[in-house]
Amino acid sequence: MTEEKTPVLEIRGLKISFKQYEKGFQQTDLEVIRELDVKVPEGEIVAVVGSSGSGKSLLAHAVLGILPYNASVSGEILYDGEPLTEKRLKKLRGDEIALIPQSTAYLDPLMKTGVQIRKGKNDAASKEKLRRIFREYELKPEVEEQYPFELSGGMTRRIMNATALMGNPRLVIADEPTPGLHISAAKRAMEHFRELADMGAGVLLITHDLELAVETADRIAVFYAGSTIEEAVAGAFRSCETLYHPYSRALWRAMPGNGFVPIPGTQPYAKDMPEGCPFGPRCEKFTEKCRNAVPWKQTKQGRVRCICAEDA
Amino acid sequence: MRTWNRRKTMVFWTVFSLILLIAVAVAGSLCSEAARTTDFSRKNLMPCLQYPFGTDWMGRDMFARTLKGLSLSILIGTLAAVISACIALLLGIGAATLGKRADGLITWIIDLIMGIPHLLLLILICVAAGRGLKGVIIGVAFTHWTSLARLIRAEVLQLKESPYIRIAEKLGKSRWYIAKNHMMPHLVPQFVVGLVLMFPHAILHESSITFLGFGLTSEQPAIGIILAESMQYLVLGKWWLALFPGLALILVVVLFYLLGENLRRLIDPGSAHE
Amino acid sequence: MVLQAKDVSFHYKESGPMILDRISFEVQEGERVGLRGKSGIGKTTLCRLMAGYEKPLSGQVLLDGRPVADYRGCCPVQMVWQHPEQAVNPRRRMHTVLDEGDRVSGRIVKELGIEEAWKTRFPAELSGGELQRFCIARALGESTRFLLADEISTMLDLITQSQIWNFLLEEAKRRNLGMVVVSHSDALLEHVCTRIVDI
Repeated sequence: MTEEKTPVLEIRGLKISFKQYEKGFQQTDLEVIRELDVKVPEGEIVAVVGSSGSGKSLLAHAVLGILPYNASVSGEILYDGEPLTEKRLKKLRGDEIALIPQSTAYLDPLMKTGVQIRKGKNDAASKEKLRRIFREYELKPEVEEQYPFELSGGMTRRIMNATALMGNPRLVIADEPTPGLHISAAKRAMEHFRELADMGAGVLLITHDLELAVETADRIAVFYAGSTIEEAVAGAFRSCETLYHPYSRALWRAMPGNGFVPIPGTQPYAKDMPEGCPFGPRCEKFTEKCRNAVPWKQTKQGRVRCICAEDA
Repeated sequence: MRTWNRRKTMVFWTVFSLILLIAVAVAGSLCSEAARTTDFSRKNLMPCLQYPFGTDWMGRDMFARTLKGLSLSILIGTLAAVISACIALLLGIGAATLGKRADGLITWIIDLIMGIPHLLLLILICVAAGRGLKGVIIGVAFTHWTSLARLIRAEVLQLKESPYIRIAEKLGKSRWYIAKNHMMPHLVPQFVVGLVLMFPHAILHESSITFLGFGLTSEQPAIGIILAESMQYLVLGKWWLALFPGLALILVVVLFYLLGENLRRLIDPGSAHE
Repeated sequence: MVLQAKDVSFHYKESGPMILDRISFEVQEGERVGLRGKSGIGKTTLCRLMAGYEKPLSGQVLLDGRPVADYRGCCPVQMVWQHPEQAVNPRRRMHTVLDEGDRVSGRIVKELGIEEAWKTRFPAELSGGELQRFCIARALGESTRFLLADEISTMLDLITQSQIWNFLLEEAKRRNLGMVVVSHSDALLEHVCTRIVDI
C-alpha cells in the first residue's frame, strides 16, 4: 500500500461506556463500544455497517460531542490529523462537519422547513441554492413553507439530507440516511454524497444496509457488538470469497439476493459481552484462543480481526 | 465497587429530610401541653439554654410553640396536598379520557383557577368553608391541584396515542387493563413527585392565610398565628419571637422541596444515571 | 377470509392533502401481498386503515364483509410497526408484551429466537431486532388471520432480517395467514410475496 494523505477523520480504538445504575445502588459501566477503528480519507465514502444496537449511532454522536451526560469516551478521534477537541469542534460543527441525524425528530417542529434548512439565512444565493437542492431531491417548492409535522417520513428524511448539504462540509456524517426512502430517492441521496466526496469531502455513512453500502461506498467497515471486525474496499463485499470474517460472510449470505440464509443467534447485549472476539459464541470455528484480544490482520483488500483468517 | 456514589448521596438526603420532618411532626404533637402552658414568672426571656427560642409575653416556651406550630403546618400541608393531588389525578385523567366536552370544561376550570390571584381565591374558599382547620385544608386543597392536573392530562393524552396503547386496544384489552398496566407506571412517578413538591406550597399558604387572620383560630399555635402575634412585640425589641419560628418554617419548606427535587431526579430518566 | 379496502380515502388534517384517494385493495387468506410505492404515498396509512387503527373518511375496510374497526376483542387483523421501540411500553418488562397477545404459543416464541433472559428485561436493554421479535410474537396470537408488516425489518441488520422473514414465511404458510408486506427492498418483496401491488 502506498503512503496515504492524512485522512479527514480517523478514529482509533474508540471506547464508549455508560454509567448506569442497576437495581438500587450498584453503579456499573456498560461498555457499548469496545474497539472501533475507522478512517475517512478525503474524497471517499466510508460506510460503517452494523446491526441496530451495535452502537453505530453513538459513533456519530461521539465525533460530534453530543453523547448523553452519563457516557464516557476514550480512544483517539483525529480530524485532519489532530485531536478533535471541544474547542475545535465548536468551530467546525455545522459548518465543516455536518451531521445527518437518524431520527426524524431532529427537525424543529415550530419552524418552517425552508428557513430551517437555510439556517436562517435569507439572502438570494442561499434561497437559490435551496431551490436547486429541493429540485434535486424532488421536493416541491411548497414544502419550504410547510412545518415538519405536515411531511411524510420519507420527505422529512430528504429534507434532513438537504439540510446537511447547504453548507460546504469537509466531513459529512450520515447516520442512517435512507430508511423510509423509496429506492430511487435513496439512490439520489447516495449520488449526492458521491458529489460531495468528489468535491473533496469525506463522507462517513453509518448504516445497517449492506447492499446500499456496497453500491455507494469506497470502503466498508463492518461493525459487530461494539467492535470493528473487518474493513475492506467495497468491491470485496460483492462476493463471499473475498470476505474473511465469519460474520461478514454470514451477512453476505443473508442478503435476499444471495440466498436469504440466516445464521442462528443474536448479537450479545453489552452486559453479557464475551471476552475476546465478540462473534465467538455464534462462530463455527470458535476456539479457546478466540477468548483473547484479537489483533488486526492485513488481507488483500483490507484488514480483519479474526484469528482464523489465516487462509487469507 | 464504589461505595458512595451520587445516587446514594441523594437517597441519604431524601431519607434524612423525611426523618427530620416526621420527627418534627411527632415531637410537635407531643408537646401541645408545653406549648400552651403560661408562666408569668418567666415572661419575655431571651433565648438561653433552658429556652433555646426564648419565651413570649405570657411566659410560653417558644421552642415548644414553634415545634407545635410546625407539626400543625406539616399535618395541614400533608392533608391538603394529598387531597389536592387526588383532585389533580382524577380531573387530569378525566379530562383526557371522558371526551371533548369534559376536557373543555376541566381545562376551563383550570384556566379559571390559575387566572385568579392565588391568595385571594384561597382566602375566599377558606372563609366560605368556615375558616378554622377545615377551612384552611379545603382552601389549600382546592387551589393547588391545577398545575399537576394539567401535567397529568398532557401525559394521559400523549399515552393514549402511543403505539403500544393502540396495539393493546387492538389486542382486545379493556380500558381498565390499559389504565392499570400501561398508564399507571407512567403516572405514578409524576403523581408522587407532584405531591411532594406541593407540600412546601401548601405549608407556606397555610401560614400566610393564618397570618392574615383568615385561617386557624388563635388557640391553635400555628406558625402563622405565632408570627402574627409576634408582630406587635417586634417593635419592642423582642426579635426572637418572630425570628426562630420564621426560620423554622423556611427550613421545613426547604426540606420538603429537597425531598421532592431528589425524588424527581431519581425518577426522571433524563437524570437518573448521574 | 378476505380483507378488503373498498374505495378508501383518508387525510389526517381537514385542510391537508388527501393521503389516500379512493384506493381499493384486497388480500385473500394465504396470500402475501407486497406493497410498493414512493415514500409519502400512504403505504403506512393504508396499513393503519386496514388494521383498524384509523377509520377511512370514505369507503370501507371490510373483513369478511364486516368493518374491521368494529371487531371487539382481539382483532383478527394485526399490524407490526416499523419502530419496535415505540411499540412496547418502556416501563414494562418484556414478558408483558408476550402476555398481551392472544395466547401466543411457546413454539412461536422459541422459533423467533426469543431467549428466556430477555423476558425479564426492560425495552431499553434490548436491541431493535430483539424488540421486533417480541412485537411479531405478540401479533401472532391464536385469533390472528391477517398480518400487516410495515417496513418491519428496515432498521434491522441483514441476518436478523432474514431470520425474521424466514420464520414469518413458514408461519404464514403453516397457518394460511394473509399478509400485507410493505418494504422498500424489491429483493425482499420478490422473495417473500405471492403478489406485488404498486400504489
